[in-house]
Amino acid sequence: MIDRKIALEILAFGITKEVLKARSIEIELNEPVNIAHLKEVLLQEYPELGDLNSLAIAVNSEYAEDDTQLSEHDEVALIPPVSGG
Amino acid sequence: MIRLTKENIDIHQLFEEVNSGSAGGVDIFVGTVRNATKGKEVIALEFEAYEKMAISELQKIVDTVISRWPVQKVAVIHAVGYKKVGEIAVAIAVACPHRNEAFEACRYIIDTLKETVPIWKKEIFHDGEVWVSAHP
Repeated sequence: MIDRKIALEILAFGITKEVLKARSIEIELNEPVNIAHLKEVLLQEYPELGDLNSLAIAVNSEYAEDDTQLSEHDEVALIPPVSGG
Repeated sequence: MIRLTKENIDIHQLFEEVNSGSAGGVDIFVGTVRNATKGKEVIALEFEAYEKMAISELQKIVDTVISRWPVQKVAVIHAVGYKKVGEIAVAIAVACPHRNEAFEACRYIIDTLKETVPIWKKEIFHDGEVWVSAHP
C-alpha cells in the first residue's frame, strides 16, 4: 500500500499565530488523518500549544471533534481559548 | 443583523435596527474596554476574529435565541482591531414584546458569545501585551 499524503493549510489565530510565528502554515500528513492525529503532529512541532488552556480545531468554520476526518481542501483553523465580548 | 466592524459602534443605530411598534421591551447590552485587569492598568484591547466562523457562530446563537424566546429582532455587533479604554467592544440589542424575555435573550447572547465565538482579545499594557485567557 502506498501512503497517500495530503497537504493542509492551517490558519492560526490569537496566541497560536505567535506560537507558529505565522498566520498560516502548510503541513503534509499521511492519509487517513483526523483531528487527533493533526493535534499530535502540531504538539510535537510546537510544544507551546500544549501550555494553552484549550485548543480547539475548526474545519470549514465548524468546531471539529477528535475523530473528524480531514481531506485535502478543508480549511483548518487553530482556535485557542476565545475571549470576545 | 450580525456584524464585525473596525469602526466605532453606534448604539443609537443599533437600537434603530431592532426597534419597532410591536416590541415593548428592547434590551441593549454594551461591553466596553475596561481600564484595568487584576489591578493592572490596561491601555487598549486589540480584537482579532476568524471572521467567517465568528459570523456563523453568532448566527447559531441568534437562531437559538429566536427559537427559545419571542424575539422580534436581534442585532449583534462586535469590534475588531484596536480599541481604547472606554470604547465599545460589543453591543447587542434584542427586541421582544415584554422586558423579561428581552433581558434573558440578551444575556444568553453575550454569555454564549464569550464561550463559542472565535474572537480573541489582547490586553495592551504599558510594559507588554497578553492574549486574554490563553494560559492557565
